Amino acid sequence: MSEKTMTGAEALVRCLENEGVEYIFGLSGGAALPIFDAIVESKIKLILVRHEQGATHMADGYARATGKPGVVLVTSGPGATNTITGILTAHMDSVPMIVLTGQTISPMLGKDAFQEADVFGLTMPVVKHSYLIKSTESIPRVLREAMHITSSGRPGPVLIDVPKDFSAGEFAGDLYPEMDLPGFSPDSVEPDQTIVRQIAEALSKSRKPVILAGHGALISGAEDVLRQLAEKMQAPVTNTLLGKGAFPESHPLSLGMLGMHGTAYANKALVDCDLVMSVGSRFDDRIIGKAPLFCRDAVRIHIDIDPSEFGRMIQCDHYCQGDAKIVLERLLEHVGELNTKKWLTTLDGYKRRYPLTYKKRGGLKMQQILDTLNTMTGGDAIMVTDVGQHQMWAAQFCRTEKPNTWLSSGGAGTMGYGLPAGIGAAFGKPKSPVWVIAGDGGFQMTMCELATAAINKIPVKVIVMNNRYLGMVRQWQTMFYDDRKSGVDLEGNPDFAKLTEAFPGGKGFTLKRAGDIRKVLEKAMAYNDGPCVINAIVEKTDNVFPMIPAGAPLEEMLISEPKSNQKLEKPTGST
Amino acid sequence: MSETSTNMAIHTISVYVANKPGVLARIAQIFARRGFNIDSLVVSPSSDGRYSRMTIASQGSAEGLEQIILQVSKLVDVMHCMDHSTGDAIVREMALAKLRVTFEQRTEVLQICEHFGCKTVDLTPTAMTVMVTGPSEKLDACLAMLRQFELVELVRTGKVVMARGDEVT
Ligand SMILES: Cc1cc2nc3c(=O)[nH]c(=O)nc-3n(C[C@H](O)[C@H](O)[C@H](O)COP(=O)(O)OP(=O)(O)OC[C@H]3O[C@@H](n4cnc5c(N)ncnc54)[C@H](O)[C@@H]3O)c2cc1C
Ligand SMILES: Cc1ncc(C[n+]2csc(CCOP(=O)(O)OP(=O)(O)O)c2C)c(N)n1
Ligand SMILES: [Mg+2]
Repeated sequence: MSEKTMTGAEALVRCLENEGVEYIFGLSGGAALPIFDAIVESKIKLILVRHEQGATHMADGYARATGKPGVVLVTSGPGATNTITGILTAHMDSVPMIVLTGQTISPMLGKDAFQEADVFGLTMPVVKHSYLIKSTESIPRVLREAMHITSSGRPGPVLIDVPKDFSAGEFAGDLYPEMDLPGFSPDSVEPDQTIVRQIAEALSKSRKPVILAGHGALISGAEDVLRQLAEKMQAPVTNTLLGKGAFPESHPLSLGMLGMHGTAYANKALVDCDLVMSVGSRFDDRIIGKAPLFCRDAVRIHIDIDPSEFGRMIQCDHYCQGDAKIVLERLLEHVGELNTKKWLTTLDGYKRRYPLTYKKRGGLKMQQILDTLNTMTGGDAIMVTDVGQHQMWAAQFCRTEKPNTWLSSGGAGTMGYGLPAGIGAAFGKPKSPVWVIAGDGGFQMTMCELATAAINKIPVKVIVMNNRYLGMVRQWQTMFYDDRKSGVDLEGNPDFAKLTEAFPGGKGFTLKRAGDIRKVLEKAMAYNDGPCVINAIVEKTDNVFPMIPAGAPLEEMLISEPKSNQKLEKPTGST
Repeated sequence: MSETSTNMAIHTISVYVANKPGVLARIAQIFARRGFNIDSLVVSPSSDGRYSRMTIASQGSAEGLEQIILQVSKLVDVMHCMDHSTGDAIVREMALAKLRVTFEQRTEVLQICEHFGCKTVDLTPTAMTVMVTGPSEKLDACLAMLRQFELVELVRTGKVVMARGDEVT
């Protein structure tokens, strides 16, 4: 080590470099000045955002696309509170992220000092772990621990609140200290062999199995072994919204996404199956419908690294704690081909009978744009969505073939996620084309980040599905509230194409007619000097189907638009 | 979700934690979010000063509690967390009861104290403070008797628990 003295902030940045951090997404401010100053000399690239929420979604998109934790740096008070939505988003979807917040000097803590916020307390329910730095010397240890915690076991965001006197203070400690985490034994990854055998036994008896692949399968990198297992057993695979990419959706054994807006054949498979094996999904209420009725006659198997997920939503017959990839590798040794010919024939019948469709007549359809985009990219692009109807149609029509190429806010359902997450993904995977599918509502929540994309010449391609409505909410009002629209009308939207052109290097396109879809998408693909936005003026009042009303059992799935005289009960589920 | 049982038993839970800031707040938050009230809470340093012991008494369904224990165990600074409600763990509590007693009543109070093995820890012409220790049920019984007099103040420590024999708390 050099003898030159350094500040706590310099030590912090040095440690981030040692951890292999390439980018920090952030926005400056007084309490974080020493850290911003220390970055000047660093090889880490600072990406200046326009709003701190954007920084967290960029870090999130970077993390989901690369598997490495994203890093955020903001100032105290409002800078820090602006990150909370992004931290929640990452927390709900198990995304690794380090959030560094500046804080007022330690003697002023608790005195309502200028821009003081109890960030440690405010974020406690939405972090995997958090720290309030208590000394300059502890900075490297805390950072090392944070990096370890954020990505091991079940990943999640870790926050470090850094009082300015410690970041500015002289650092005289060890840059490579030992971690002090006696209570942290990242959930054991090796499964119990007896349970593995019991599961293999249950599988061997099954004639109508379904494998349910979740986000945990992607986190553990289980895609290869999952495919081997499914092919060996000849068992069909469905995936959650966040499990897209764990199993190629064009594979003959794939049923696509299940759940509220999943495919009819996936949901029907779950109604009929005699065994369901979840690999890294947490049986979210959007996929199980009415909990006590979900797969009630089937053998239920739950494989998860986090034992606190067991029994939380539904009771299962077998719980197997372990890393998805390792569990599947062990299972592969114990199972052979199952007798599923009849079952696969039944499911193929469902696929033919209830395909994902849309009417090409009428106005411009989101589905048709997404269908065309899917054909054009062939799964060779990173797809990032915002939240709403467009998200669900994207999940249905954009088949995900490879891991870490589908990024969507699932658990939190955070509108405004798409654009910044897409920018983060583009930083992490500069060679992959990145498409953002956004709604006109959500896009307007974080569209200021077009500036971040423009300045950094990030060629992210955004389709703003402009239906002049908060469409997903409008759909619920139409279906369950007698079409009494309240707080959903976005008439008077700006011209998103023009707006994009206002940013240096930004390119805008307008898409109005179905006949132009391919042409406009091609133009967008060819534009790589900065962000481009396609303002797609789509049909206003189309509804997403299939749909299982929240809280209803899978049997009550509406495969298509119900007859206009059919009165629907208000859903009983959460949202 | 799976809270089908309405059985609201009282549970005694021990938590062994690293002595780090925020650990109590994190644990309390998990109980609160699940709608579990904490009836009593005792925190003290363990034999190894880097760790603390917590004993938490709480009411609620067994299924809900199982979830809470899994979630508490998951916290970075928690070494382990256990429910001692079903076993025969040693559970003790202490209470101080301040009574306003006349000269005539004093002998009677002392008789009750003797029966329950209490100690008088303070005595003035008008007041008497009694210390009672033991399992919570014994405290309840003793206090029920003492309530016949004018009970001015009552302080209970809350339960502490320890597993028997070679078992770990
Ligand atoms: C408008 C809207 C509609 C939605 N509709 C649907 C829908 O129709 N269908 C649908 O599926 N979702 C839908 N969702 C998303 C839904 O809310 C959930 O976010 C999603 O179902 C969760 O997927 P998951 O359980 O696979 O992932 P996560 O919630 O990320 O859970 C991952 C699980 O994997 C475990 N895990 C992590 N690492 C490992 C490892 N190494 N090994 C093993 N396990 C591991 C974790 O402990 C966790 O239990 C919708 C969301 C929105 C906003
Ligand atoms: C930050 C935030 N606020 C509110 C909601 C509730 N919400 C869910 S979907 C939706 C409508 C989204 O509208 P838009 O972005 O236009 O997409 P569309 O459904 O029209 O495709 C709303 C308001 C949310 N998910 N996130
Ligand atoms: Mg819209």
